[in-house]
Formats: sequence, structure tokens, C-alpha cells
Amino acid sequence: MTGTLPFAITLDPGTSRLNHTGTWRTERPVYLSRMPPCNHACPAGENIQNWLFHAESGDYAAAWAALIAENPLPAVMGRVCYHPCEGACNRGQLDEAVSIHAVERFLGDHALREGLVPRVEVPPSGRRVLVVGAGPSGLSAASHLTRMGHAVTIREAGPLPGGMMRFGIPKYRLPRDILDAEIARILRLGVTLELNTKVTDIDAAFAEGFDAIFTAVGAHLAKRTAIPAHAAGRILDAVTLLAQVELGEAPQLGRRVIVYGGGNTAMDAARTAKRLGAEEAMIVYRRSRDQMPAHAFEVQEAEDEGVLIHWLRTITDIDASTFTVEKMEIDAEGRPQPTGTFETLEADSLVLALGQDVDTGFLARVPGVQIAKDGVIAVDAQMMTGRAGLFAGGDMVPAERTVTVAVGHGKKAARHIDAWLRGTTHVKPPRPALAGFETLNTWYYDDAPQTRQEHLALLRRQTGFEEVTHGLTEDTALYEARRCLSCGNCFECDNCFGVCPDNAVIKLGPGAGFAIDYDYCKGCGICATECPCGAIQMLPETT
Amino acid sequence: MTEETTGSTPGPASPAAATQRVRFYQTGTHTLGNRLMDAESRTVQASTDRANAITSGHRACQGCGEALGARYALDAAMRAAGGKVVAVNATGCLEVFTTPYPETSWQIPWLHSVFGNAPAVASGVAAGLRMRGQKDVRVVAQGGDGSTTDIGFGCLSGMFERNDDVLYICYDNEAYMNTGVQRSSATPPAARTATTPALGAAPGNVFGTGKNLPRIAMAHEIPYVATASVADLHDLEAKVTRAMAICGARYIHVHVPCPLGWGSASHDTIRLARLAVESGLFPLFEAEHGEVTAVKKIRRKVPVEDYLRPQRRFAHLFRPGHEDTQRLAAIQAMADANIRRYGLTEEAPL
Ligand SMILES: Cc1cc2nc3c(=O)[nH]c(=O)nc-3n(C[C@H](O)[C@H](O)[C@H](O)COP(=O)(O)OP(=O)(O)OC[C@H]3O[C@@H](n4cnc5c(N)ncnc54)[C@H](O)[C@@H]3O)c2cc1C
Ligand SMILES: Cc1ncc(C[n+]2csc(CCOP(=O)(O)OP(=O)(O)O)c2C)c(N)n1
Ligand code: SF4
Ligand code: SF4
Ligand SMILES: [Mg+2]
Repeated sequence: MTGTLPFAITLDPGTSRLNHTGTWRTERPVYLSRMPPCNHACPAGENIQNWLFHAESGDYAAAWAALIAENPLPAVMGRVCYHPCEGACNRGQLDEAVSIHAVERFLGDHALREGLVPRVEVPPSGRRVLVVGAGPSGLSAASHLTRMGHAVTIREAGPLPGGMMRFGIPKYRLPRDILDAEIARILRLGVTLELNTKVTDIDAAFAEGFDAIFTAVGAHLAKRTAIPAHAAGRILDAVTLLAQVELGEAPQLGRRVIVYGGGNTAMDAARTAKRLGAEEAMIVYRRSRDQMPAHAFEVQEAEDEGVLIHWLRTITDIDASTFTVEKMEIDAEGRPQPTGTFETLEADSLVLALGQDVDTGFLARVPGVQIAKDGVIAVDAQMMTGRAGLFAGGDMVPAERTVTVAVGHGKKAARHIDAWLRGTTHVKPPRPALAGFETLNTWYYDDAPQTRQEHLALLRRQTGFEEVTHGLTEDTALYEARRCLSCGNCFECDNCFGVCPDNAVIKLGPGAGFAIDYDYCKGCGICATECPCGAIQMLPETT
Repeated sequence: MTEETTGSTPGPASPAAATQRVRFYQTGTHTLGNRLMDAESRTVQASTDRANAITSGHRACQGCGEALGARYALDAAMRAAGGKVVAVNATGCLEVFTTPYPETSWQIPWLHSVFGNAPAVASGVAAGLRMRGQKDVRVVAQGGDGSTTDIGFGCLSGMFERNDDVLYICYDNEAYMNTGVQRSSATPPAARTATTPALGAAPGNVFGTGKNLPRIAMAHEIPYVATASVADLHDLEAKVTRAMAICGARYIHVHVPCPLGWGSASHDTIRLARLAVESGLFPLFEAEHGEVTAVKKIRRKVPVEDYLRPQRRFAHLFRPGHEDTQRLAAIQAMADANIRRYGLTEEAPL
């Protein structure tokens, strides 16, 4: 010991620090970052844990910047994403999942209010990319490609950008000022948008001088079904109905409306019909409630608004306003089978919500492009079609059809297009081990029930297109962010620093985390066991 | 078909935009520190300014609960006394593993005499300091359960009876560990030790013997008695701090698992201490002048089996096919009695 002696110490004994107890060790603690289950489950590849980490400290700008590094449409996604992240969230096994989508929406709205904009940090690459279709996938690709330095033009067949976010998802779930503002922010990065410009000739587009093309034209051709109709009343398809409503050309549906189908589109069509003034909005679906592809919360919201659902029914005959429906039964294989028992329903119009096909015509002509099963376009692991330089994503390729998957495809395609333009290949970094629930020490987390988002009063939901689900306040968003367990990633709780019986953990200071002093660490493993979030691993000593 | 990003470690510290309006449910209030917490709400151990009363290089076993408990308690005492603490130590692991001549791990003034007289030596130190007018210097005496409940018991009772100005801290690892795990009067029933082997019809330590030192201390009606655990540092530090603010004889009994003596994994030290508290076997409470004044409620109640099973000293209770249900039930009854006596659950208020 040197320097001033502590109070009342008169002798200068040798310190035990001369004794390097690190030599006792058979296992060594090592700090690591594991893959949080939320991130693992996010189709858009968001680093949720990381943006929640920033949000927890009230630094919403940093949280938002981390968020849009992966997803340029957070205010939209916080509203319409079906949030598979929350299904995977470890907190769900403790009490209830973190309301990730609600915090995402708060951050998205906050950025719009504050006018936050992302920066393009790289110099122009001199390369030009054409994006076909201004739906979520095209917009995502355009945003990412622009931020990578490429000059992007989007050609959109329709009169307004947004794709199914505008012409499918109704206003009461996604207000248009929010959608418009997030799209405008992408365009302000320097993206050129050409509306009312349907692309029909891919080779001609390449000939114009585009170095790569990303197509994301969605799936817009409504599926039909053959129902014997003697004197059919009004029959239309759901996507046409929703698009007409959006354009201010809502059709006359009459007093009673039947929607045929059991997906989310059917729910939106029925809820829209209700808002347009239908006294009775009914859904007819051939399977049971459990088998409905629509999400339970959407079914619930539709029922709350007065939509009546006839489960296990198929329409067999239409005679003017009389619909004959046959009762179905679920067989041992879980398939609906006719029972021979019939009923009738009265309705003025029928809306078909039976799904959509992809209009592949203009692509099928391109040499090399392959059509996959179910009439969608085949792409490889790089999101490239059989034609070099032609990429595709979103609803038109084989995958789940959601805004989130579409946005994820846009990002993934952008990374591969960027690499392709630079003559390299994008290699996805290896994914670390999952931060499963068993890696956590949940003792250290307090009980904290999830925040519920408020809903618009029912009467207003039944009569207008005002947004149904309310956002969080700053306080509730902060609370919700702080419910995050920070799975697999150090959040500087100081536990390891405190619990080491050998003072062998070094605190490096705010933001810098911790290090192990292997001269003294005996390898007891208490730090790893007492780390709340599983950010320390014990590895066998090799020597 | 999707691109995913990995998790990440924290970036640079965020600005002080954080508010304390919203509680830290991420960490609860249960972690030692937190980047978002007010400095006062963090534990002493979370701070790089802690005294580190016992520094690195000591020779305690891997995962020693006593090394941890002693540093926790003394660092808190040092913080409370502005760095002016003299520690007196009884013989035992804590003394032996910190001071193999010529090395010492102590970074505070520290005295050792013999096994049984730490309370008397501490009384003497306190008297000496008083004579010299050094009122600001505080005395902490410490010993294992053997020195406290057995050999040093007479001296300790005298120190209590005279109300000498000493904080006595017992680090209870439930046996004479330093000499090879012999039974003490703090060894729990059924536990296997070198002197209570797991042999015969009733293997391990007998039921119905032993001493409850915190209650004996309370019977002296000294100003302050508390129990604490290495599993709850916030609670332990608060109790030491409270004790340091009081003059006269004070007693804190800290539960410190011993991987060697208990036959437990070195990484389970804090986990076992927590299970002892959560099962009700080790109740956390405070008492002033002989009356219980506060108890720490059980947050997530567990059966005693969760605590006993990971320890080899209780392995004979869990022999496959021959589970000793009768004696397990007897131990559970002890936990339940504690829960009733101290009101450890919401359903069982004090
Ligand atoms: C009613 C309804 C509700 C939905 N609700 C949700 C929801 O709540 N959450 C969710 O995640 N998903 C929802 N979805 C699904 C989601 O909207 C789609 O999966 C997503 O929009 C697909 O994005 P995309 O970019 O692939 O295609 P789209 O959004 O369909 O966009 C394609 C765009 O390309 C344009 N285009 C087409 N052909 C051409 C061409 N030849 N040249 C130029 N432009 C062209 C189209 O006009 C369109 O703007 C819903 C869908 C519907 C129909
Ligand atoms: C008078 C006397 N008897 C016996 C011993 C041997 N001895 C040294 S430490 C110890 C056991 C200490 O047990 P405890 O007080 O519980 O402390 P632990 O080692 O368990 O921390 C014994 C028996 C001694 N040093 N002096
Ligand atoms: S607790 Fe946080 S990090 Fe863990 S899965 Fe949930 S949102 Fe992700
Ligand atoms: S025997 Fe027990 S009390 Fe003694 S140093 Fe080892 S772990 Fe600590
Ligand atoms: Mg002992």
C-alpha cells in the first residue's frame, strides 16, 4: 500500500491484492448481447429492446432514430402492425407483454409533432433505382436505398401513395394525416414519386437507365367465388368497396349488408359498412371462430360495434335479397363439411372478402421471372427474381401479407440491392443466441401491469371514421417503456458490480458497461446468476 | 424472409431528461443501481466510491456469502459514519480468509483477538475511544454464528446488558465453517454437518434445539435488533444505516450462505439466501427496545423445498423413493410459524 494510509492504520501490511485469486477459476464470466425475443419475432427486423432502452430515459429522439433505422413508418406501424413481438415478449411470462406497438406509435407521433427527420449521411452513389408501387414495401425500400446514397424513383399506378395502407386499411385504424406525414417525410429525403404511372414494361424501364428495379405491386385482384344467383342484388368485393370509400365514392349498400369471408379484410369491410349507415352488418364465414384468420382483437372490435357474425355457414344461393346459407360442421381433419341444413338471411348487398391475387401479367413476360405456387412471384434469398437486377417484395412474393412483412422486405431488398449495385453480397450478421425467459433473473423486476389504450366511445365508432384506438400519453409511454426487461442486453443496473464477493467487476461508467478483472475473479458465477437480463455467460476456462 | 437485427448494449448515456415520476419497473426497485435512478436510491455497493472494506485477493471460497455480507455491511457502515469505523473480528472464516500474514484485505482499521471475545474487545475499543473524546469514531464487532451464538455468547450478552456503544454483526452461515463445518447452535434441524452426519434414523441435526439469537438480543431490550440477508441489499444497507444512527448496543444478524458447508453451487449464494427469505425460514425484521417495529413482506412465496433441495446438506431429505416427507413438513411448519409470528405475507399481517 502506498500514499496516505486510511484512518488509524499505522502499519503498512502487504495487501491481499498481491494474491491473484483469478488462478482458481474454472469458468469465466463473459458479457454478451443476446437476441431479445421481440427483435427475433419482428418481421421488420426492428431492434425493439434498443429503442425501448432510449425511450426509458426519455430520450425519444434517440429512440426514434434507432426505430427508423429499421422501419421508416413507425407511426403507421404502431397502429396497424399485428405485433408478433408482443406474442414473443418475455414479460408476457411474468405478467403481460410490453405494449411495444403503443410505445412505437407514441414515438412515431412524437417525431411527427416535433418534425424530426432522418439524415442521409452517405455521399451519392450515382446509381439509380426504380421502385414500382408506393405501398409499404416500396416506400420502405425507397427510404432505405436513399439513405444508402442511391437515387430512387417510385412509379405508382394509383392517384395517391400508400397502397393498401390507404386503399385497404380504413381511416378509423389509420388516420390519413399520419399516413400522409410519414410518406411525405420519406419523399423529402429526395425520393421522386410519379403518380398515376403504371409500369407495364420492365425491360423498357431498365433501358431508361435504372441500375436496379424493386417491384412491390401488392395483391389487388379480388378473388371471386361462384354462387348460383337468380336475381342477384348488389355484389361487390371488399377491396373495391374500401378503395371507393377512400376516394369519396362510397357505393349504396342498403340497410342490410353481408360480408363473406373471415379475414381482417372482412372485419374492415363490415365495420366500414356499419359506419356507412348499414343497420345490419353481418359476416358469413364457413369455419368456426377459432379458425378465423382475423385476429381475435379485430373480431372483438367488430362485434363491439354491432357486427353480427354467422360462423360455420356457406352461401349456397342468392335470390334477390334472400341468401340461402348452409350450416357447416368441422370434421376430424378440422375442415368444414356441409350438413344439409339450410337457413336464409335477408340482405341488400353482398361484399366478397375472399382474398386477393397478384397481377403478375407484366412480370410473367420478363425472361427469367418465375411464378411460384399460388400465383406469386418467386424470389431468392436476396429477394431477387430470376431476372438479374429485378427484385420483388411485399404481398407479391411468397410470405405473410402484412404491412410489417412488406416493410421488412423493403429493407432486406434495399440491403441486397445496395450490395448488388456495389458488386458485393450482403451477408446477414450471425444471430446471437436467443435471450429466452430462462436466461433472466426476474426477481429484480417489479410487478407492473400493462397500460391499456383507451378507445373512442362506441356511438362515435358506429357512426364515423374517427380513430378508434387512442395513443399513450408521455407518462404512460415512459411507464410502458420501463416495463421492458432489456432481455439479453445490459441496462447498467450495477448488480454484477455489487454482487461479486471478490470486487472483480470493474464499472466503466455510464454507457460503457462493465468489465471483469480476471486477476481476481474466482469464477463463482454469482454475477451471471444475479444479472437480471441474462447479459453474462459463464464459459469454461480453456487453460 | 425477413432481415433481423441483433440486440445491442447501451449506447452513450442519455441526457438527464429522465424523470422520477414514473417508477423503474424495468428494474423494479430491486436491482442494486440503475442508470435512471436518483443517486440516493442506489445502493452503496452500486457506487465506485464504496469503501471496499474487504478488497480483492482474499481467500474466501468461490461464491462465499460471508465475504459478500461483510463487505455489504461494513461499506454501508463506512458510508454512514463518514469513513470512521473500527472493526473488531472474532476468529472464523472472515478473519482467516482476509488476513493470512503478511497480507490483509481490510481497507479499514481492523482488530482480531480470539474466538470468543470480540464483543468484549469491541466494548473496550468503544470505551477507549470515549476516553480519548473520539465520539465520531464508531465501532463494529463481527463474528460468525459459532462465535456469536456459542463461544462468544457470554461476552455478547454482557455487551448488550451494559448497552455498550457497539454495533455487533453476526454473519450466520449456520455452522463452524472455518474448522470444517461443525454444528453450531445456529445450525438448522436436519442439516448435515461434520458433527451431525446424515446417518441413522434421524440423519442430520436434531429438531428442537438451537438458539434464536435475534430474539435473545431483543430480550435484552437493546435499542436496535435486525435481521438481514445478502439477498436483499437495499434492506441490509438500510438496516446498517439505521443502526449506525443509534447509540448503544445494536445487533444485526445477516444470513450468509456458504457454498462449501451447505453443499451448494457457488453461483447460487444469493439465490439461496433469497429462497430462505421467500420461504419464511429466514424472516427479515427490525426491533427496537425489544419490540418488532417492521417486517419485510415476502414478495413471491415459495415452499421450503425450493430452498432445501439445491443444498447437499439436506440431500438425505430427498433420497429418490425415500423422501422424508415428515421432516420436510416439520421444516415447512417452522416457516409457516415464522410467517404467522412476523406477519410476513399480506394475508398474515403483524
Ligand atoms: C382491408 C385490408 C386491411 C389490412 N389491414 C392490415 C393491418 O391492419 N395490418 C397489416 O399489417 N396489414 C394489413 N393488411 C395487409 C397490408 O395492407 C398489405 O400486406 C401491405 O399493404 C402490402 O404492401 P405492398 O407494398 O406489398 O403492397 P400494396 O400495399 O398493395 O401496394 C402496392 C402498390 O403498388 C401499386 N401498383 C400495383 N401495380 C402497379 C404497377 N404495375 N405499376 C405501378 N404501381 C403499381 C398499387 O397501386 C399500390 O399502391 C390489410 C390489407 C387489407 C386489404
Ligand atoms: C477457543 C477456540 N476454540 C476453537 C477455535 C477454532 N475455531 C476457529 S474458527 C472456528 C469456527 C468458527 O465458526 P463461526 O464462528 O461460525 O465462523 P465461520 O467460520 O463459520 O464464519 C473454530 C471452531 C479457536 N480458534 N479458538
Ligand atoms: S421485455 Fe423488452 S426486450 Fe424482452 S421481449 Fe419484451 S420488449 Fe423485448
Ligand atoms: S467455508 Fe464458507 S464461509 Fe468459509 S470462506 Fe468458504 S464459503 Fe466462505
Ligand atoms: Mg459459521
